[in-house]
Amino acid sequence: MLELQNICFTADGKDILKNVSLTLGDGFTAVTGPNGGGKSTLAKVVAGLITPTSGKIILDGEDITNLDITERAKKGISFAFQSPVKFKGLTVHDLINLAHGSALSMTEACAYLSEVGLCAKEYINRELNASLSGGELKRIEIAMIIARGTKVSLFDEPEAGIDLWSFQNLIRVFENMRAKIHGTIMIISHQERILNIADSIVLLADGAIQKIGTKEEILPELLNYSGSCSAITEKFS
Amino acid sequence: MELDALQKHMLETISDLHEIPEGAYNIRDNGQSAGRNVTANINIVSKEDKPGIDIIVKENTKNESVHIPVILSKEGLKDLVYNDFYIGENADVLIVAGCGIHCGGDSDMQHDGIHTFHIGKGAKVKYVEKHYGEGEGKGGRILNPVTKIFVEDGGLFEMESVQIKGVDSTIRDTEAVLNAGAKLIIKEKIMTHEQQRAETNFVVELNGEDSSADLVSRSVAKGHSYQIFNSKILGNNKCYGHSECDGILMDEGRVVAVPSLDAANIDASLIHEAAIGKIAGEQIDKLRTLGLTQEEAEQQIVNGFLK
Ligand SMILES: Nc1ncnc2c1ncn2[C@@H]1O[C@H](COP(=O)(O)OP(=O)(O)OP(=O)(O)O)[C@@H](O)[C@H]1O
Ligand SMILES: [Mg+2]
Repeated sequence: MLELQNICFTADGKDILKNVSLTLGDGFTAVTGPNGGGKSTLAKVVAGLITPTSGKIILDGEDITNLDITERAKKGISFAFQSPVKFKGLTVHDLINLAHGSALSMTEACAYLSEVGLCAKEYINRELNASLSGGELKRIEIAMIIARGTKVSLFDEPEAGIDLWSFQNLIRVFENMRAKIHGTIMIISHQERILNIADSIVLLADGAIQKIGTKEEILPELLNYSGSCSAITEKFS
Repeated sequence: MELDALQKHMLETISDLHEIPEGAYNIRDNGQSAGRNVTANINIVSKEDKPGIDIIVKENTKNESVHIPVILSKEGLKDLVYNDFYIGENADVLIVAGCGIHCGGDSDMQHDGIHTFHIGKGAKVKYVEKHYGEGEGKGGRILNPVTKIFVEDGGLFEMESVQIKGVDSTIRDTEAVLNAGAKLIIKEKIMTHEQQRAETNFVVELNGEDSSADLVSRSVAKGHSYQIFNSKILGNNKCYGHSECDGILMDEGRVVAVPSLDAANIDASLIHEAAIGKIAGEQIDKLRTLGLTQEEAEQQIVNGFLK
């Protein structure tokens, strides 16, 4: 179980997270809300990429607020970035090995790629560089999280750039994870079909939690935070 | 010939050889020829007028290799050698060169290898060159290779040059002249430490129609080391030239890239890319989220980059 207690984050004089408190139990929690609402920042706070200005992060009763990225990863937190990182020289196989924590055979490593719908043989020895398409990079990012198999997994807009046909498979990937690990899975998403499978949905806007609830409760609220600039709204109303 | 332990270790490092190689070879040990083998298609002849050898590969020779490792271990030795390769038309061969310096004393040791390649029409050569220095001595380990490449119509010269460890000072001059449809691919990998200095000079003349060159340099500068990468591509015909210099800076390392492209023909297409900087923070962060420490992450990134 992961608990965020009164998390605040201020950068450049801007309050990006405002007193966010949230408990994530086992199962899917979807985090949604307008662009710039603070979703990615929240995930980075959990993974340790950002140190909050104040507040506490508790993992299974242990205060991990002062642990660095590596220590949190070792405690069992995984994070699939919104924009996957490219590496010149490191191959897909190298990264799957690093994610898994030990060297995997070709067949074992390929299994993780197949799970995200990539024809493993064609990808396994490729460098994780800019020659891969956006959707391919995104899927490899997800394969790394599956290879880690930790109790907490954070996905930042995993569906972005993934084509419609693969979308069903992506949902299956998450459901498999839930069945296998029984851990905490947080998915940041704008996609209704991802919200559909969530056990609970968090609406984050303006750096604060506006509401937590089911899809039926959240969707109507979401429209109020469609992200349109008030100046424009006024002009056209 | 029998190899002693030091010779074996140096051979292994510079040419991945565990024993005397198969096929044609010439081993140069402390300025002397220490072993040679020729085959029906590949002849090796000592030069009469200066130190060095001529390597003559018959036309249409396929799937053969030539190994010409050089080992220096005698204190204070300065070795200069001229090796000329004549590759017959349509031959397809692998050439493995390499130089290892073991410096046990306080005086500088140096090897300057001047290699000239004449690649016949339609011939293909893969040339692998590794440089390595070691030893507890305070003397400098200096390597100044010169490589001159002439590629006839439709020929291919592919060169892989690696210098990962222990060479204190290096100036590598590589010049190539390409005829019609000829192709040049060069991949260079350099890592420098401490006070080391590495200078790379490429001059490529694309003279023939549809000739092409692709030069890729990946380098890591650690400690207080200094690297300079000069590349000059001249497009004198309808041709394609690309050079790329990627440098990773660590500690107080410094990398200078000086590209020059000279397109003297309306159909010449020349590109240069250079990127120098420290390891991107997001790369380290990503690997740390997989459980690696900062140091482990840096090591993985550098190893992958130079792989
Ligand atoms: N280091 C920073 N310094 C200043 N502003 C920042 C910093 N990091 C994030 N922000 C700002 O904080 C806000 C929240 O950013 P965040 O990336 O968390 O949004 P998001 O909800 O993930 O949006 P999206 O849906 O577009 O991905 C944005 O306005 C962003 O510009
Ligand atoms: Mg975001």
